[in-house]
Amino acid sequence: MFTDFLSFMVLFNFIIPVSMYVTVEMQKFLGSFFITWDKDFYDNEIKEGALVNTSDLNEELGQVEYVFTDKTGTLTQNNMEFIECCIDGFQYKHQDASSELDGFCVTDGPVSKLHQKAGREKEELFLRALCLCHTVQVKESTEQCPDQVDGMSNEVDCLGIDGALSHPQERRGFIASSPDEIALVKGAMRYGFTFLGLESKSMKILNRSNVVEKYELLHVLNFDPVRRRMSVIVRASSGDTLLFCKGADSSIFPRVRKEEVDRIRLHVERNATDGYRTLCVAYKLLSAEEYTQADAELREARLALQDREEKLMAVYNQVETGMSLIGATAVEDRLQEEAAETMEALQGAGMKVWVLTGDKMETAKSTCYACRLFQKNTELLELTVRTLDDKDRAREDKLHELLLEYHKKAVQDAPPVKAGVTRSWSSASQDYGFIVDGASLSMILNSSPESSNSRYKNLFLQICQNCTAVLCCRMAPLQKAQIVKMVKNSKGSPITLSIGDGANDVSMILEAHVGIGIKGKEGRQAVRNSDYALPKLKHLKKLLLAHGHLYYVRIAHLVQYFFYKNLCFILPQFLYQFFCGYSQQPLYDAAYLTMYNICFTSMPILAYSLLEQHICIEVLLDNATLYREIAKNAMLRWRPFLYWTVLGLFHGLLFFFGVWYLFHNPALQDNGQVFGNWSYGTIVFTVLVFTVTLKLALDTRHWTWINHFVIWGSLAFYVFFSFFWGGIIWPFLRQQRLYFVFANMLSSVSAWLVIILLILLSLLPEILLVVFRKPRGPHSRQSLPVFYLLLSSSPTVTIHFPIPMSSSSLKYSLVSMCSTAAKMLSCLLPWHVLLMTAAPPSTKRTCMKFNAELQHYQTEREREREREGVRGGAGQQCPDGVLFA
Amino acid sequence: MMASGYKEEDGHIGVTALGGASLRGRKPENTAFKQQRLPAWQPVLTAGSVLPAFFIIGLIFIPIGIGLYVTSNNIREIEIDYTGEEVSNPCFSCAQNFTWNSSSPCTCSIPFYLQQSYESNVFMYYGLSNFYQNHRRYVKSRDDSQLNGDLTSLTKPSKECEPYAFHEHKPIAPCGAIANSMFNDTLELFYIDPNGSRVAVPLSSTGIAWWTDKHVKFRNPGNNANLSAAFQGTVKPINWRHPVYELDTDPENNGFINEDFIVWMRTAALPTFRKLYRVIQRKNSLVPTLPRGNYSLQVTYNFPVRSFEGRKRVILSTISWMGGKNPFLGIAYVTVGSVCFFLGVVLLFIHHKYGNKSSSADMAN
Repeated sequence: MFTDFLSFMVLFNFIIPVSMYVTVEMQKFLGSFFITWDKDFYDNEIKEGALVNTSDLNEELGQVEYVFTDKTGTLTQNNMEFIECCIDGFQYKHQDASSELDGFCVTDGPVSKLHQKAGREKEELFLRALCLCHTVQVKESTEQCPDQVDGMSNEVDCLGIDGALSHPQERRGFIASSPDEIALVKGAMRYGFTFLGLESKSMKILNRSNVVEKYELLHVLNFDPVRRRMSVIVRASSGDTLLFCKGADSSIFPRVRKEEVDRIRLHVERNATDGYRTLCVAYKLLSAEEYTQADAELREARLALQDREEKLMAVYNQVETGMSLIGATAVEDRLQEEAAETMEALQGAGMKVWVLTGDKMETAKSTCYACRLFQKNTELLELTVRTLDDKDRAREDKLHELLLEYHKKAVQDAPPVKAGVTRSWSSASQDYGFIVDGASLSMILNSSPESSNSRYKNLFLQICQNCTAVLCCRMAPLQKAQIVKMVKNSKGSPITLSIGDGANDVSMILEAHVGIGIKGKEGRQAVRNSDYALPKLKHLKKLLLAHGHLYYVRIAHLVQYFFYKNLCFILPQFLYQFFCGYSQQPLYDAAYLTMYNICFTSMPILAYSLLEQHICIEVLLDNATLYREIAKNAMLRWRPFLYWTVLGLFHGLLFFFGVWYLFHNPALQDNGQVFGNWSYGTIVFTVLVFTVTLKLALDTRHWTWINHFVIWGSLAFYVFFSFFWGGIIWPFLRQQRLYFVFANMLSSVSAWLVIILLILLSLLPEILLVVFRKPRGPHSRQSLPVFYLLLSSSPTVTIHFPIPMSSSSLKYSLVSMCSTAAKMLSCLLPWHVLLMTAAPPSTKRTCMKFNAELQHYQTEREREREREGVRGGAGQQCPDGVLFA
Repeated sequence: MMASGYKEEDGHIGVTALGGASLRGRKPENTAFKQQRLPAWQPVLTAGSVLPAFFIIGLIFIPIGIGLYVTSNNIREIEIDYTGEEVSNPCFSCAQNFTWNSSSPCTCSIPFYLQQSYESNVFMYYGLSNFYQNHRRYVKSRDDSQLNGDLTSLTKPSKECEPYAFHEHKPIAPCGAIANSMFNDTLELFYIDPNGSRVAVPLSSTGIAWWTDKHVKFRNPGNNANLSAAFQGTVKPINWRHPVYELDTDPENNGFINEDFIVWMRTAALPTFRKLYRVIQRKNSLVPTLPRGNYSLQVTYNFPVRSFEGRKRVILSTISWMGGKNPFLGIAYVTVGSVCFFLGVVLLFIHHKYGNKSSSADMAN
């Protein structure tokens, strides 16, 4: 009995695809070379391409749900750039600057030279303010430019790097606590006002007419994040005492005259939405009495032993009143190349992007805006020390309250999950962004050891998961890892990806499923600890959208195919047991049993799993939404598995019983001779090898010469091997079971006919399915899916669909297109979607539905607007026609 | 981890060296293969391209199927069961009284009537039911080296032959369970003339085994013309009445190359099977091979089947280009062909309907 059991084990062990393990490992290992070889990942600056440290994660790249990114050095270059300023309501933009911007070039009106707009005095006042109102120190040019120190605390910038400026006195470095200040000073220098340095309480400025002006520095009213502004009080050589103040618009505007604000506010808001860090500059002429009073109060407050902070604050607030606004500046923290596009693509692909940074909130927030992680209409939910600080209550209570409030807003009030267009539409218009800082986070994660602890954590997680983007600032490196771990272990255990460049990102890189290191200038720790190292952030897009997608599809298909082919391999053998007295008689010869997975069917699937591009790379990169189609392990869920299993069962049954019916009369040759059991097995095996190979051929969408070679080569090899194996009396074998069995089989017309019939019948449902599933078909390189959204004076959106799309990605595309258009034009047209070209019926149905829901949405919005009394006729603002490609 | 592990193991793979080199700052080569840009054929199966295929398959398969079906129906075949389970059967007594060691063989004759005359060569099969020739331990119980004339295997049969390898310490030739259980009924056919006389129908016992089996796979041991000398030192299988060198008088059909023996040694695929026994060659084109009329099948009843509830039968059949009578292929081909044709029509309908609609209807919208 036990030997029977063992024999059955031996007989059926092929159902467990041991060879799959080998093939999968080969696929992963060889496949990872394509990442190394990709020349798009090669960076000319550092002369390096991508580095693959593990070959185990190729397919995980196609399943990423959460992207955790570092800010400094990853999203941004940590390199502030003065972009433009606005003086007295007139816009000034340096011409050189516009060429350096990537993607932000707003060309509203001709860029004008400095001297032709505002009054000369106002200009000079503004530039003097920039030169004076800061805490920058000058570093002598003789010294070597020191390397950048991590973070924003000790930013040292070297002008020499820029190279554009050649004056000897401009070859100097500035040291400041904030890179913005350096950018401002450098911006002023560009317009002719150079800050020469601070010597014994007097600031020297080289003005436009190359005259050195001296100002005595009387007081510095330091910056702090609550006031969000700083001031200096200086005395000019003429004897006037001046107060210059710069700060965030929200803190300046209430302290200046109303009529000045309106002129500048527009610029500030536009700059802010463009993702620039904006600062407003104001000044005030202090009379002698005013100054003496302020001076006395300041001194007194500084010397106070009790409540010094509060007293200082009070004095500051008192001094900084009644100022007049001169202008505003826009500074850009230069993003990495294509950072915004990359982030947009990742979000389009359905990934949630979390920015984890050690920076302070304001900086990080503006970066998020610049990267388009937060949009103009994103509602920000803040959970920071600032929002938590409430005089009346303990932080804990406030935290609890805020969490509940945000949870209600973002989770409970979110539209119910239904597969309608409305949901995606409305959620696209009501984005939430969540901001949390390190202190609050540690309160959430390690608050009192009561049960509320995990409740907070759950609330927090739920809020975060319903937000499109999450910003975690003031993070310690270990907190970054903590966050990643929390998300990783949350419900559904989503695949996480961390990307960073510095040593402080190592913990989060190690914690996430996929860790990606940027080969920055900041040492190698991140690269060494990562799974993949890329030269630039922008390469992440191709790595995920193209490589990740393809690898996932390849390996998923590989795994399913392996189970399928072993199922229909072994099923006939299983069925045969019912006809051989359950005696464990193998249906196929031992050579066939051994060679099936090793030689006959292994190479085509390996080639497929290395070369397949069911959608070509360009299309994958252009349509981030395609990534959503494989999200949540779509190809390895129960349904596809059942499909493959049923297919395997169907094929196995067909092979066995097809031949079984034939063998009712084993006299199959035209000379009346009969076939035996080995002929039976050989016929089944021939059908099997051809069917599984041709099934793969049907699935192959990308036939390179290698695929042709391997698929047809495998079949040819099978035929050749069978002839060879049966053509010789093998001296080392005791049994010559297959001697001339194959050749005799081929001499029988009936065998030929049954083989052809069974192969065709097995593939028939497959072919039918492919035809009916056509909308999912491949996108050839020639017909790139370009959406033309044409907004003409007639209120109609025309969309051109050159390619068939699945309804889910179509929906998403429509929604994103429409919301993009709405943002661009900041107007709402009574839209109607019209399909131009031949689209499959399913697409049409989706569009119809979309139209109906859109109309409903629009009428509601219209009513809302009327109720709020917003001016109508917004359509008139819209330009006549906009065409995106 | 994995990658480095592999690099050591699979160092011989060419790509490893290339990949390793490119890590060290060399710009990746811009080859079509490495950039995954190999020129590729990207076939798209659409209703349009599959439609003709369905019609073509339908149009090819249906005639083939009809041809197969007609051919199969034209094959003359008669089965005569001579197991002797039923009392009415002439072989009943032989079946009941079977003993292994009876010296006088039991014979019985079964009369039958051919409704139609058999025009072409007639093939005479014996069929067994419920006989598991495909049982694992049965199938492997043979020694192909011995059957191929190998002298060492003749005296030292393979262990696979156990327990039919040695008998009383002498090697059995041919060894194994398959040979031991060889079908040994003798079947003879007599034509009963209308005038009552019995005419023996000449049965040819050559050409019933595969040519390669007869001439290559099976060989008598040694070059000795005298077979009994060649098989010196071996004993006959336990169940056999005669040693292997007495299977036939014709030296070309004796010993291991006896065709009845070779046919038996090709194990059947299913428990119900038939094996070719004799061929009745057509003499001339004017006289049918087996004219219609009364026949008598004379059986020398040696092969017991009662113990395993088996049945024995004789089949007389003509043969076509597709082999023996089997309506399965014809029906299957007609069915598949019709299904394809039908699907073609359905697809054409769908294609026609939606192909038109999608190009025009939307513009009007």
